[in-house]
Amino acid sequence: MNPRRTFATARRVLLQLRHDPRTVALMLGAPCLLITLLKYVFDDRPQVFHTMGAPMLGVFPLTVMFVVTAVATLRERTSGTLERLLTMPLGKLDLLLGYALAFGLLTLVQGLLAFGLTVGLLGLTVAGPSWLLLAVAVADGLLGMALGLFVSAFATTEFQAVQFLPAFVLPQLLLCGLFTPRATMAAWLHALSDALPLSYAVDAMNEITTRSGLSGRTVADLLIVLGCALAALALGAVTLRRRTA
Amino acid sequence: MRSVTRPATGVGTVEDDAPRTPAIEVRGLRVSRGGRPVLHDLDLEIVRGTVTGLLGPSGCGKTTLLRAIVGVQRIEAGRVTVLGTPAGNPRLRQRVGYVTQAPSVYTDLSVAENLRYFAAVLGVPRDEPARVLEQVGLHGRERDLVGRLSGGQRARVSLAAALLGTPELLVLDEPTVGLDPVLRRELWQLFHRLAASGATLLVSSHVMDEAERCTRLLLMRDGRLLTHDTPAGLLAATGAPDVEQAFLRLVAGTDGGPDTDRDTDFPRTEQS
Repeated sequence: MNPRRTFATARRVLLQLRHDPRTVALMLGAPCLLITLLKYVFDDRPQVFHTMGAPMLGVFPLTVMFVVTAVATLRERTSGTLERLLTMPLGKLDLLLGYALAFGLLTLVQGLLAFGLTVGLLGLTVAGPSWLLLAVAVADGLLGMALGLFVSAFATTEFQAVQFLPAFVLPQLLLCGLFTPRATMAAWLHALSDALPLSYAVDAMNEITTRSGLSGRTVADLLIVLGCALAALALGAVTLRRRTA
Repeated sequence: MRSVTRPATGVGTVEDDAPRTPAIEVRGLRVSRGGRPVLHDLDLEIVRGTVTGLLGPSGCGKTTLLRAIVGVQRIEAGRVTVLGTPAGNPRLRQRVGYVTQAPSVYTDLSVAENLRYFAAVLGVPRDEPARVLEQVGLHGRERDLVGRLSGGQRARVSLAAALLGTPELLVLDEPTVGLDPVLRRELWQLFHRLAASGATLLVSSHVMDEAERCTRLLLMRDGRLLTHDTPAGLLAATGAPDVEQAFLRLVAGTDGGPDTDRDTDFPRTEQS
């Protein structure tokens, strides 16, 4: 690993995004729009926004980052630039961490915007420290990024990469406890949801919503999410092969 | 990881291996893709400081051979040695420049942004992008988005990226396809200037009239080498008036007659 090459890669990814302001606007704007809709669609039942606002804050960065990274990495694979980079003195970690830095920064901006809107303008109140919402949201964005990077290895077209969202993320969304508490699920579904990282992100958000102070469980959940992100990044590194058939 | 910088000038000043060793040495190289043999026990040697043309019809295995030399091709058997080091060795990543057939540059970045990134990855001086753009005749197009350039211009941006840091070996996969005759001549002049300053170039083409621009020729068909000679030597050996005829005679000599299907996709000149 080499910091100069890692930062150069992060800079390059950010420059690519700068040439594509529409994507950036959608990435930053869509979560805000959805959270605002959640608030006003359930205007007559404010408890819905109260209980689902925080988990939603964690789900959006994951989905958005997942799609963007899956497509961006797939492009790198299919355009031949990945092959060129791997014939150059660029470490696989330089490439992955470069992507992680660039998209991590974007996740942070997205998280700040959605967090400011939800807690500031829309008036979401949580029992725990509200800055933790931001931390979990950023961790979720990183997880989405790492998962997107990993699954891009199994897609050969952009159509396939986008289809990984319903195939890979929506099941997690159904099982993560957002629609029905995980404890009330059938045993096998509960076991399945225990194995999926988004469940821990939503658990953390629920914990922050209902419990005051910094609970150990929140921290543990946050670490599990970050651990999964790292594991997915490591798996992603395995899929980057210098020699191919 | 080491952060060695390639010398910006003065190719051949590298001290580690004797310049007497061939730039490329291939022994018994066998490659299969999807269960189908693509290269059959290939042997070849390429002398330093030459411009070698790798010619053959589309699908004869040129790209696979180049990929094996660059070290990105999984091989079944054999040995590929590049600049005295096994192909694909990390130490070669700063000494070998590779241009893929499809331009491998970022279409959503400008010309300068592309080259600045690759220069940073290679760890070459900051003035390298300007120098290589001058070499490929794209000076003044720094701010253009690569996606808005023509196919030939994109190919030249891709070539420029491979020239960064003046690599000792340049492996170019059909770098002149789709270029107009004037540009093609300019690029061949550039290749010879680079060779004169000590670099070795291996340039593939499916167009026969590029052959006369090379100092050495490798003719390839169906994953086998037909010959390795100078253009003049090839014509003398086969008694043919041009390289295309020589190719046909060599094919006739190896399997009793050219099969016409194959030879139709072997254009004598680029006609697009």
